[in-house]
Amino acid sequence: MTAIIKGTTGDWEMVIGLEVHAQIISQSKLMSCSPASFGAQPNENVSFVDSAFPGMLPVVNKECVRQAVRTGLALGAKINKKSVFARKNYFYADLPQGYQISQADQPTVGEGVVTIDLQDGTTKEIGIERLHIEQDAGKSIHDQHPEKSFIDLNRSGVGLMEIVSNPDIRSAEEAGAYFTKIQTIVQYIDSCDGIMARGSMRADVNVSVRRVGDKNLGTRTECKNINSVRFIKQAIMVEATRQVEILENGGVIDQETRLFDAEKGETRTMRSKEDAHDYRYFPDPDLLPVVIDDEFINECKDSLPELPDTKKERFINEFGLSSYDGAVLVANKKNASYFEKVASGVKNKKLAANWVVSELFGALKKAELDINDCPVKAQDLAELISLIEDNTISGKIAKEVFADMFKTSKKPAVIVEEKGLKQITDTGAIEGIIDTVITENPNQVAKVKENPKLIGWFVGQVMQKTAGKANPAMVNKLLAQKLK
Amino acid sequence: MTDLTKLTISQATTGLKNKDFSAVELTTSYINQMEKTDNLNAYITKTTDNALSQAKIADNNIASGNMRPMEGMPIAHKDLLCTKGVKTTAGSKMLDNFTPDYESTVSQKLAESGCISLGKLNLDQFAMGSNGQSSFYGGTKNPWGNDLVAGGSSSGSACAVSARSAIASTGTDTGGSIRQPSAFCGVAGIRPTYGRCSRWGVVAYASSLDQVGPIGKDVRDCAIMLSNMSGHDEKDSTSANIPVPDFEAVLTGDVKGLKIGIPKEYYIDDMPQEIAKIWDNGKKMLVEAGAEIVDVSLPHTKYALPAYYIIACAEASSNLSRYDGVRYGHRVSGKELDEMYELTRSEGFGEEVKRRILMGTYVLSAGFYDAYYIKAQKVRRLVANDFKKAFESVDALLTPITPSPAFKIGENQEDPVKMYLNDVFSVTLNMAGLPGMSVPVGLSDSGLPLGLQIIGKAFDEETVLKASYALEKQAKFDATPNI
Amino acid sequence: MSFSNDDVKKVAKLSRIRIDDKQLEQYTNDIQKVLGFMEQLNELNTDNVEPMANPLDGVQVLRNDEIKDGGYPETIVNNATDDTMNFFTVPKVVE
Repeated sequence: MTAIIKGTTGDWEMVIGLEVHAQIISQSKLMSCSPASFGAQPNENVSFVDSAFPGMLPVVNKECVRQAVRTGLALGAKINKKSVFARKNYFYADLPQGYQISQADQPTVGEGVVTIDLQDGTTKEIGIERLHIEQDAGKSIHDQHPEKSFIDLNRSGVGLMEIVSNPDIRSAEEAGAYFTKIQTIVQYIDSCDGIMARGSMRADVNVSVRRVGDKNLGTRTECKNINSVRFIKQAIMVEATRQVEILENGGVIDQETRLFDAEKGETRTMRSKEDAHDYRYFPDPDLLPVVIDDEFINECKDSLPELPDTKKERFINEFGLSSYDGAVLVANKKNASYFEKVASGVKNKKLAANWVVSELFGALKKAELDINDCPVKAQDLAELISLIEDNTISGKIAKEVFADMFKTSKKPAVIVEEKGLKQITDTGAIEGIIDTVITENPNQVAKVKENPKLIGWFVGQVMQKTAGKANPAMVNKLLAQKLK
Repeated sequence: MTDLTKLTISQATTGLKNKDFSAVELTTSYINQMEKTDNLNAYITKTTDNALSQAKIADNNIASGNMRPMEGMPIAHKDLLCTKGVKTTAGSKMLDNFTPDYESTVSQKLAESGCISLGKLNLDQFAMGSNGQSSFYGGTKNPWGNDLVAGGSSSGSACAVSARSAIASTGTDTGGSIRQPSAFCGVAGIRPTYGRCSRWGVVAYASSLDQVGPIGKDVRDCAIMLSNMSGHDEKDSTSANIPVPDFEAVLTGDVKGLKIGIPKEYYIDDMPQEIAKIWDNGKKMLVEAGAEIVDVSLPHTKYALPAYYIIACAEASSNLSRYDGVRYGHRVSGKELDEMYELTRSEGFGEEVKRRILMGTYVLSAGFYDAYYIKAQKVRRLVANDFKKAFESVDALLTPITPSPAFKIGENQEDPVKMYLNDVFSVTLNMAGLPGMSVPVGLSDSGLPLGLQIIGKAFDEETVLKASYALEKQAKFDATPNI
Repeated sequence: MSFSNDDVKKVAKLSRIRIDDKQLEQYTNDIQKVLGFMEQLNELNTDNVEPMANPLDGVQVLRNDEIKDGGYPETIVNNATDDTMNFFTVPKVVE
């Protein structure tokens, strides 16, 4: 849905494009044989190639190409059999070569499309312009010394995928949904871990504004390196508002690279990017064109798991889930796989979805736990739901059992056994308790004859006497007979 | 004993094998010659102590019958090849303090073949130049005359072989940097096919043009060197994965039936009489040896030089961005990052290097990329196609290599274009990635060596060496500089 | 195409090379001369010619994803003029 910015002279719409940077999951770096892993000591994961020593040469890591092709396939994008690595030339402290090896006019992946789910239940298609492979930069650390920045090149040369969207996005919400969807997809196919806190995924946000109804694009600015979905949304709002203000006051927007400062809630010109308009791209003369064949592409295809959109459709069609439950369950690969394990052990898949979405996710959220650290095994949750299905316990008791499982990681059958929570389904036993309640409360019996709605009071008494274990349906049925 | 430095690699190897002298004696002779010819400024760094201990190892290997193909041969490397634990400067202040902790593939291969390294040889700064004068360590002098340039950029490599202060040497050739100084100093030098030798560990000038190659006293020494430095290297994406022939085996002197092309476009305007004459002599020599001379046309020859400078400068501007003072090399402190970069690079690089970086930056910059860089790449294709076509009817080409003998130090320096014109015969094959060899064939009117060039098909160094060897045998060039 | 002092300043800035005002004229003249020489190429029609980036007509060999390098931070910073705790250093960068 298009979000409107109300200006003093009229309504404005935002035109947004995202460049999502996703670090490729691979053992070694894109152009060198040093580790691509996170969290090593300073310059530990660095070779002479990564630190651009004289005479060092790049050699392309096959896995990085493979991951990019897999990601391209998952985005429904065109795979280019021939791609060319080019140099993007600029000077910066964390860019040892003085150029980044990237891809310019011949990327590995071409146009594709991503469907995003919006809060109002609608979906929207966002076009992908391209996906190219490039080297990540190193890291500058600014807070260790009063006059110096420290440079750690561990990240320098790690393979990155830059996924460039078309300017199809019209609101901060759409931008967030788009980013999250890309994150979901790369996590599904294991081409990127998607962990934003580590910088494994970040985005450059291109924003321009135009008057509602205007077909021409305004001048855009680019906010670099934003590392959370919340900040992406904030940066868009802050930047779009700034642009509207300038335009309404008769100013012009400079096409420039800006920095989003989350603390101050502002964007400002990045001085280091003053040359940004002239990167002097040219084919890297140390490398030859990358050419892949159908066999390579087919192997990539075969390695892809079921993708979130397909999975959601299957959940809806096969399991009869609601679109909402389907979307929530597939949004995260680990959640989806947990749910599938639960669902495989029960008859009623909808009931399984309810339990996972409401009870389990609720409990995890409250305990601030990741599904990986969930104390309740999927198999155990399935068992618990089966106990409801075969009338061993009631849904209400099940919630009690679940709370216990969450605390102790015990099997549901064990808890039911230990606490004697088995549902009473023996007619004789229930009748006995009902008779006692009736005998003990003659006044209430008289009242219920006048007002049948008061039967609920008797249900409560019976449940109390059985500690909730009596089968509620049977209690209702028998009470109705006896109090007629 | 005869002066051991007069022996070729093949003669010295026989001498070692026959125990006529030891590797230590051979190396010591060269160390003495290095001292004696120190005024030529061929060396930037001498590793004589290490050379002597290597020579002892060589003698042990010989004694125990474990002689490697080039056991005990005292060579030296252009100071563009990184050598582990030995300062590697690229002839520039920028790397005056740089000692790599890795060894270039080529120098490693030669060491494994038994070669001993006497040191690192002078060159034009970052291999950019044709006169050997732009080194931070001073210019190289020509053994044939102290007021003459040795050529460039592999000035020290050609000078040392000519002055007998190394038995052979490595050089690099981006636009003629092996062949031109070889011609100026009266020695043999081959630039192999692009991809024949690994570029790993060699300070880059222009990546799509750079190739390492040998300079030797004669064609045979070059063939032996080349056999021992070539081969696929998985660390260099542009290194060709094809077998390395025994290059020495083709040196039979028999070129019967070989078709040698004479490209008419190499008859440039105002070609000096003596160059035309030596070229003509060369044709006769090859005919004498049994080859057939065929006229061919390489119509885009004159455009190769301007296109070369566009491509070489463009690649250099990017390749040299890594010299920023942060991780190694010269550094001038600055208050801000950009100030540090600018001061470091302005002070660290010489004038010619800076000029080429600026030109390269310009031809790649927005608005000029298509007009210069892409245009040059297209011309490069045309130049390469010319060769392809010519090689449909001939096996190799015979051309001049330099438009003059070695010129005086200080000449041609005011005008960069005039200086670049020295490369007019040499750059064409670099554009196409082809092999070419410079062989000394005679003396100029002023008594200076003149060379001719044999150009071959890609990865057909065998024919280049075979024809060069025939030329060498016919020419009987035995003049030596008066040292 | 005319090449001016301003062009030198622009490319000098892009390539982080400081040119003194004294030298500016010399650089401009020299580069102007070379560019003039390069412009000979405009005589040629190259409309349907494929640019040639590398003399090898080959394709890139892709290497297997193996860790075979790294793990020597002291060596990496050993040649640096200014380093500390295995970090490189630069004048403080303020964005």
